[in-house]
Amino acid sequence: MEKRSELLPGTLDMLILKTLARAPLHGYGIALSIKRISEDVLTVEEGSLYPALQRLLLKGWVKAEWKKTETNRRARYYSLTAAGRKQLGIELSQFEQMMAAIGRVLQET
Amino acid sequence: MDAVARFFKKLWMLVTRERFHSELEEEIAFHREQQEKALQAEGMTPEEAQYAAKRQFGNAARLKEESLDTVGFRFESVFQDFRYGLRQLRSNPGFALTAIVILGLGIGASTAIFSAVSPILFEPLPYPQASRIMMIWYAGDDGSSVPQTFHTYREVAERSRSFDALAVMKPWQPTVVGADQPERIEGQQVSANYFRALGVSPALGRDFQAADDVFHGPKVVILSNGLWRRRYGGDSSIIGQPVRLDDSSYTVIGVMPRTFDNILAPTAEAWSPLQYDTGNITSIETREWGHHLRMVGRLRAGVSIEQARSDLDLIAHAPVAEFPRPSWVSLEHGFITNALQDDVTRGVKPALLSVLGAVLLVLLIACVNVTNLLLARGAQRRGEFAMRAALGAAPPRLIRQLLTESLLLAILGGAVGMVVAQFGVRALVALSPPELPRVNAIGVDRTVFAFALGVTALVGLVVGLIPALHVSRSEPHIGLQESSRRAAGGHQWTRRTLVVAEVALALVLLVSAGLLLHSLRRLFAIPPGFNSSHLLTMQVQTYGRRYDDDRVCHQFFAQAQDAVRQVPGVAAAAFTSQLPLSGDSDAYGVQFEGDNPQAAYPAFRYSVTPDYFETMSIPLRRGRLLDAHDGTDAPPVTLISESLAKRRFPDQDPIGKRVHIGGKVGGPMYTVVGVVGDVKQMSLALSESEAVYTTTEQWHWADGTLSLVVRTRGDAALTTAIKSAIWSVDKDQPVVRVATMDDLLAASAAQRRFVLILFEAFGLVALVLAATGIYGVLAGSVTERTREIGVRTALGASRGDIVALVVRQGMTLTGFGVVIGLSGAVAASQALVTLLFGVSQLDPVTYLGVIALLGGVSVVACWAPAWRAARVDPAITLRAE
Repeated sequence: MEKRSELLPGTLDMLILKTLARAPLHGYGIALSIKRISEDVLTVEEGSLYPALQRLLLKGWVKAEWKKTETNRRARYYSLTAAGRKQLGIELSQFEQMMAAIGRVLQET
Repeated sequence: MDAVARFFKKLWMLVTRERFHSELEEEIAFHREQQEKALQAEGMTPEEAQYAAKRQFGNAARLKEESLDTVGFRFESVFQDFRYGLRQLRSNPGFALTAIVILGLGIGASTAIFSAVSPILFEPLPYPQASRIMMIWYAGDDGSSVPQTFHTYREVAERSRSFDALAVMKPWQPTVVGADQPERIEGQQVSANYFRALGVSPALGRDFQAADDVFHGPKVVILSNGLWRRRYGGDSSIIGQPVRLDDSSYTVIGVMPRTFDNILAPTAEAWSPLQYDTGNITSIETREWGHHLRMVGRLRAGVSIEQARSDLDLIAHAPVAEFPRPSWVSLEHGFITNALQDDVTRGVKPALLSVLGAVLLVLLIACVNVTNLLLARGAQRRGEFAMRAALGAAPPRLIRQLLTESLLLAILGGAVGMVVAQFGVRALVALSPPELPRVNAIGVDRTVFAFALGVTALVGLVVGLIPALHVSRSEPHIGLQESSRRAAGGHQWTRRTLVVAEVALALVLLVSAGLLLHSLRRLFAIPPGFNSSHLLTMQVQTYGRRYDDDRVCHQFFAQAQDAVRQVPGVAAAAFTSQLPLSGDSDAYGVQFEGDNPQAAYPAFRYSVTPDYFETMSIPLRRGRLLDAHDGTDAPPVTLISESLAKRRFPDQDPIGKRVHIGGKVGGPMYTVVGVVGDVKQMSLALSESEAVYTTTEQWHWADGTLSLVVRTRGDAALTTAIKSAIWSVDKDQPVVRVATMDDLLAASAAQRRFVLILFEAFGLVALVLAATGIYGVLAGSVTERTREIGVRTALGASRGDIVALVVRQGMTLTGFGVVIGLSGAVAASQALVTLLFGVSQLDPVTYLGVIALLGGVSVVACWAPAWRAARVDPAITLRAE
């Protein structure tokens, strides 16, 4: 089995939101997109992805609708809502603050 | 706002649950398909791709469950757990029934005890601002609480600024006459502020006023709701009407509310004003200077109990000319002031708390037992749990499932417990000692129900926790592999620990029960000072104006005594002014010639007919007994008890000494003519036996109420015949309080007996539970070790060896339990000290006896598993592997 990198805790929601900010996608597409863009470093486990999507739906940050894929299969596409866009902004700025803080700690000699 | 929106979304999802499932299903299928395609594109065969995709996807069931958890309501899965739990219980009814019965008994017993204890110890009394109601006693020389005199009450009422209302009271037993049979009822004579001190007022009519409570004042009465309904048909027009009480006409001025709970005299049904004489304070022979009134007061708002105490102390230590005090009301030691709640509960608190402690121990043992059952059951269900874990149940989910199951058991147990509690409460009330206050408040009410509910929930969590943690910690693959073999590993250790705990707890209970049993035996071994067998007692009262004449009174009792003697089966009969062990307590200051007038000390006063000593079999130690010649005109003589003789005349002959009885300075001097044996008056446990005896005719006055003691031949029931004999003299005289002396003897130890019965019952339950615990663990252990035992037998171990092996294992558990339990028992017995009598709390006989009992029962519990182990056929077991 290939080695997978664990996601930083708490970042899954942000990654999903960011991915959906580019274009509406189905679940498989989200997982694939994160994997590709991270150059296979980040792998989203299906076991976490779908519960996370349900959670985001419930909070009203994403919405879902069934559409046809290019190959004419039915799939559930998720897209960002206005509230989700706002939430993404909040999470990004929090994350950047966190990274900056960690960076400062690591650079201190 | 967000939460509301989320709630509605969840609600929508609940309605469309089917769709949610199918959509998720479809989404997952789509995901896998895409993955397979991608893998095939990388060059895998379709089969490889399908397998890889499946594996990569992981546990779909868990994913679905987690998704559902996210969108679902918590109760949905709880409901699911409950349904599953019910199915589990049904699939093993023997186990379920055992557990439910054990928990039901535990919860029921503790609920019943709690219901008895709660109104007394935890609930405020049923009066407004009940914490402000105080009992104020005269402090005796030995620090005891002595009733007040009327003039002391007047002085306090006049001088104290701490109370809104002060009142004194004394018992009153009027006879109600009317259309129905005459009926002697319990009542109280109270000063005008009695109900104001309690903070209650009549539901009909008016309360007493100062004008009612004056010497020779109007004859008025307030009725209880019960008496009003029973005797007067609940007719509201009774107010202002006359009723016949004790040969006089009383005007009804009020009826108390139905809810009124008269804690100071729970059986009282009528109240009339005390009407004592406020004048004549300097004549000290009056009842107004007798210590016989209880005093109750309601603290003024803002006055603390400490302030009230110091206020009263000041009054006690600064006498004023307006209220001169005789020597026996010096108030030298001040007053004893307690909150009413503490006052009424003080006597029974140690008993109740120890019973409560005992029942909680029983509950604990029941919990431990059911935990053990659950563990054993858990061992059998390992395969099932492993399967569930493999199918995607996360550990927290499994724990929750198991806790739900144990909670379900507890709830069913709690339901059984409520039924047990209902019966238990009834039994408790029937068993309760007479000094138990607020018996009518005992019942299963809202507080008790809440307690039962809380206990049930707690029990459910407690018994489920250990088994649940066990399951969640085990490795699923081991469970799957071993499920067919029903093996069990580390949990045996837990089960043994639990059995040790059970034995220890049982020992604590049994030792306590043993100590109490021993105490009671010691107590009853104490000679009361007379022969109690075949002794019938009853109280005969004179009722009616004509008995105000002393001679008529004496004549009536003399004729009644003669009539009773004629009854066949009566060996001897006599009257006494107070009856030993009946609750009578009539003591007077005794002052021998030449004693300092201040140094009078109290002794029980008995005015008796001369053959009292013969009837009671009280032995004469020196001198002579009283006889018929010691009448009204003869020189006054007295007998004194042995302990009074020893105390006052350690080196002299008391015969011929002269003595004042009753502090009556100008009164007659009685000459001591004899010394008789000591008699226990108040209880077998108390040693105060100083007493003086005079004939009824030579006492200062004629007592209107005397107790009849009758020595009977054989066991014939003579009560009716004796009553008719008395009524043949005067048919209107009430005869009450009929009891055999043996009944009175038993009743005098009622509180200890009450506690003992409960401890015995709890101890028995604990013993049985501990024994089943030992049996259960050993039986399980033998099943697991069948192979080992087979090998041992094959290698030449005899049946005796195998039995010894199993019994040793069981006895080791008992041994540990006993050692741990001993320290617990020592601690618990500290709490029992006030209930023990004549036995050390570390009494070695009790401890050894209990250990032997536990050991014996353990051996019995070991025997069945050991016997089964010894019959293991090595050939079969070895082949079976």
